[in-house]
Amino acid sequence: MLDVPYATTTEHSETHFDLRKEAEAAGITDTLQQLEQELIGLRPVKSRVRQIASLLLIERIRQRAGLASAPPTLHMSFTGNPGTGKTTVALRMAKILHGLGFVRRGQVISVTRDDLVGQYIGHTAPKTKEILKKAMGGVLFIDEAYYLHRPDNERDYGQEAIEILLQVMENQREDLVVILAGYGERMTSFFASNPGFRSRIAHHIDFPDYAEAELLVIAELMLKERGYRFSAAAREAFERYIALRRTQPFFSNARSIRNAVDRIRLRQADRLVSDLDRMLDVGDLETIDPADVLASRVFSGGADVRSAKP
Amino acid sequence: MKLTQGCFSFLPDLTDDQITRQVQYCLTNGWAVNIEFTDDPHPRNTYWEMWGLPMFDLQDAAGVMMELAECRRVYGARYIRISGFDSSHGWESVRISFLVNRPPQEAEFDLVRQEVGGRAIRYTTVRRQVAHAST
Repeated sequence: MLDVPYATTTEHSETHFDLRKEAEAAGITDTLQQLEQELIGLRPVKSRVRQIASLLLIERIRQRAGLASAPPTLHMSFTGNPGTGKTTVALRMAKILHGLGFVRRGQVISVTRDDLVGQYIGHTAPKTKEILKKAMGGVLFIDEAYYLHRPDNERDYGQEAIEILLQVMENQREDLVVILAGYGERMTSFFASNPGFRSRIAHHIDFPDYAEAELLVIAELMLKERGYRFSAAAREAFERYIALRRTQPFFSNARSIRNAVDRIRLRQADRLVSDLDRMLDVGDLETIDPADVLASRVFSGGADVRSAKP
Repeated sequence: MKLTQGCFSFLPDLTDDQITRQVQYCLTNGWAVNIEFTDDPHPRNTYWEMWGLPMFDLQDAAGVMMELAECRRVYGARYIRISGFDSSHGWESVRISFLVNRPPQEAEFDLVRQEVGGRAIRYTTVRRQVAHAST
């Protein structure tokens, strides 16, 4: 925002704007395209990001046209089940906002309760302020924000951190963007006990669970990043894996898939090493065979088969 | 009498916007920014009191300005300065220091000349007592 002069009236207001050129100059087209390619699914998230990006673009043009413009409130809350990409999107969001010039530096400070709340009286305020100062000009990402509020302990220092946060969120809206993240229901009760938070956050974005097809695409993307690929049969086996894993306890969307992919790599390496007399080619090294997938415990009732039963 | 200490002190007082830019310059160079205050701005007094800790790992000047506003609220009737400490090898010292706040009634100093043995002359900077020292 420093780069854009703040004046609401420029000397000679422009009257015509080439929207496409403006969008490209601001890097919006690229950023949104990248978002579309790299993040699978997440329809509501993407559409909200697009809306925010559009607003920021129009706001910039309005400023140049000499129309009234107020810096938009950009604080957000991300709710959703484990592994739905809240942290990933938060990191991406900082880049987008920086690209559009609505945060000056674009760094992300990712914190949890421990980083904000002190251990004894008088410890919390300096600690919270320290973090806020580091986050100035960028994005403050508070993961599992509901831990800040401990309803069972009214003398908990978390309340102090919340008050300082609210104050800065209100008074220095143009200096930093706060993103709260957490699991759906607990965030709802957190907002219910801290109505100040709810009203200061303009964008409440809910992250939906992934569909099976999306999880498969995610798995393939992860494998591609790591330089592997499924054989046709392995792909089919992994489809079955996803369908089974989803019904088992402690399923956490993309995170479970990432863990599965890592274990599949282990098994693939183990399979290759078990036959030392064999000559390997590149195809062997990068191909995941169905055996690597099917060896998973998921197919024999799940890793938690014992603990899941009462 | 306008106190002249540190950088920019012969210029008109910096505006908040100018301070922000100077602080941002420090941060961009990776210096730790400190806020210090005192009611004893004697040129030989190097020990000003610190407002909080030095601010490490900041990216943006807004954080420093937030602390400065708080410091001004509490110690608005004292001298406040901002300094940037460069910790890189070979420097390890303060690279910039400038006043950002003055009391409404500035401190004044007299130069006292004293003749000592062998007609040598000694000079002492003595603070002039202002009629109502109410800081």
